[in-house]
Amino acid sequence: MIEVKNISKSFRDQKVLKDVSITFEKGKTNLIIGRSGSGKTVLLKSIVGLHEIDEGAIYYDNRNFTQMSIKERKLIRQEIGMVFQGSALFDSATIEENVMFPLNMFTKMSFEEKLERTNFCLKRVEVENKNTLFPSEISGGMQKRVAIARAIALNPKYLFCDEPNSGLDPKTAIVIDKLIREITVEYNITTVVNTHDMNSVMEIGDKVIYINQGQKWWEGSKEQILESDNEELNSFIFASEFFRKLGHKVS
Amino acid sequence: MSYVSDIGEFTLLMKSVFSKPEQGKMFRKQIILEIDKIGINSIGIVLIVSSFIGAVVTMQTAYNMSDPLFPDYLVGLSTRDISLLEFSSTVMCLILAGKIGSNIASEIGTMKVTQQVDALEIMGVNSSNYLILPKIIAAVFSFPILSLISMIVSMMGGWIAGMLSGSVSSSQFLYGLRYGFIPYYLYYSLIKVVTYSLIITAISSYYGYRTEGGALEVGKSSTKAVVSSSLFILVFDLLLTSLLL
Ligand SMILES: Nc1ncnc2c1ncn2[C@@H]1O[C@H](COP(=O)(O)OP(=O)(O)OP(=O)(O)O)[C@@H](O)[C@H]1O
Ligand SMILES: [Mg+2]
Repeated sequence: MIEVKNISKSFRDQKVLKDVSITFEKGKTNLIIGRSGSGKTVLLKSIVGLHEIDEGAIYYDNRNFTQMSIKERKLIRQEIGMVFQGSALFDSATIEENVMFPLNMFTKMSFEEKLERTNFCLKRVEVENKNTLFPSEISGGMQKRVAIARAIALNPKYLFCDEPNSGLDPKTAIVIDKLIREITVEYNITTVVNTHDMNSVMEIGDKVIYINQGQKWWEGSKEQILESDNEELNSFIFASEFFRKLGHKVS
Repeated sequence: MSYVSDIGEFTLLMKSVFSKPEQGKMFRKQIILEIDKIGINSIGIVLIVSSFIGAVVTMQTAYNMSDPLFPDYLVGLSTRDISLLEFSSTVMCLILAGKIGSNIASEIGTMKVTQQVDALEIMGVNSSNYLILPKIIAAVFSFPILSLISMIVSMMGGWIAGMLSGSVSSSQFLYGLRYGFIPYYLYYSLIKVVTYSLIITAISSYYGYRTEGGALEVGKSSTKAVVSSSLFILVFDLLLTSLLL
């Protein structure tokens, strides 16, 4: 469980996050949705400490991350897996080396053990027999999967995904979403996913948080979202023709 | 004002660069990789530039000293001193600043804008230490060797050019190379080269590391890295020369 308590973040004179409080639950896929530029990425980066927050506190299972020293944070980070918007695979390393990297850095496993774990993770995301290829030699969807495999290599307690299915076709996007959900439930991880894809919301939104202009505007489950009478939220959800029609049908 | 904050940022970066690596084995592997990229991969350009410049310097000196008052061996002697004192250290490092500096800045800059650096940080890796320190160590180790290679090759280039053009005889040239050799010049040169290797890797890494945006910014960082390293090399050339000679 991750608790975000009253955090704020500014860049120069622009206030990007304003007094945001959220509880991300364990074993669930917690989705952060919102328009482009609403502050989703900044929120995610603030939670993991890639941005220093100006006010508030972040707790990882009751451990106050905000007050930790660099050393203590490093230890928590070994419990964190993160999938970046652009995959962020190391492009000078092969698929196998990418997934094995955290194992090389933080475990004392033998090479055989590491290879076994690497292949297990790659199999879990259904990327097999691609070990010796470089990231530039596989498709975008496959890169995302490898990024997920790398993120779960150390058995994380917390998984963060920034727009894991942006730039993918709808079918592949759903496969990635489902994979994230399965992994979350299977290993009882606290998962936080940034998205502006309504398909993902309906597919895997155990808990949905709507961010607008740097503030938490709404939260609830995917079932509640369609019944909400929050105007701002509805204008976001029903921005697409498809969902507007669907909305009419529902009402 | 921005200079002050630049120096502050640079100092902070270097503080985290020079900390203890998390994983000795991975770290050594990185150093080997970097020696290959920075050292071995630069041998070609060092060979080509040094041999040509050595040849040209010899021919020019021979032309200038065609007066029979000057003994022929002076041609060998001045070729040696030019390469020992300035060419194989400063000029060679200016060339390497172009090659290695832009390479380092664009490599780290690309990793920065594609969030590979963030990915390292998230895993709990000290990214600056992991990415930059191996480059610095590899350069400090490789540059003196490259410089020695450059010295030898430029003198050989001069020797061959002198013989082929008939401007100075082989024996006179070789006599000149040995005449009045001052070993201290070699130390002076190597001290300069080690300093330059630090300048190039640290400054280029710094510019790479603070890249933000996209491909365009990576290009800009790489240009800035080369320009700044070159300027600092020239300033330190002057400083070290006034201190050491
Ligand atoms: N490093 C930064 N420095 C200054 N401003 C920033 C920085 N990062 C983000 N911002 C600003 O914060 C705001 C929110 O950006 P953010 O990237 O969080 O949006 P987002 O919700 O993730 O959008 P998208 O869906 O397009 O990814 C933007 O106005 C952006 O300009
Ligand atoms: Mg974003």
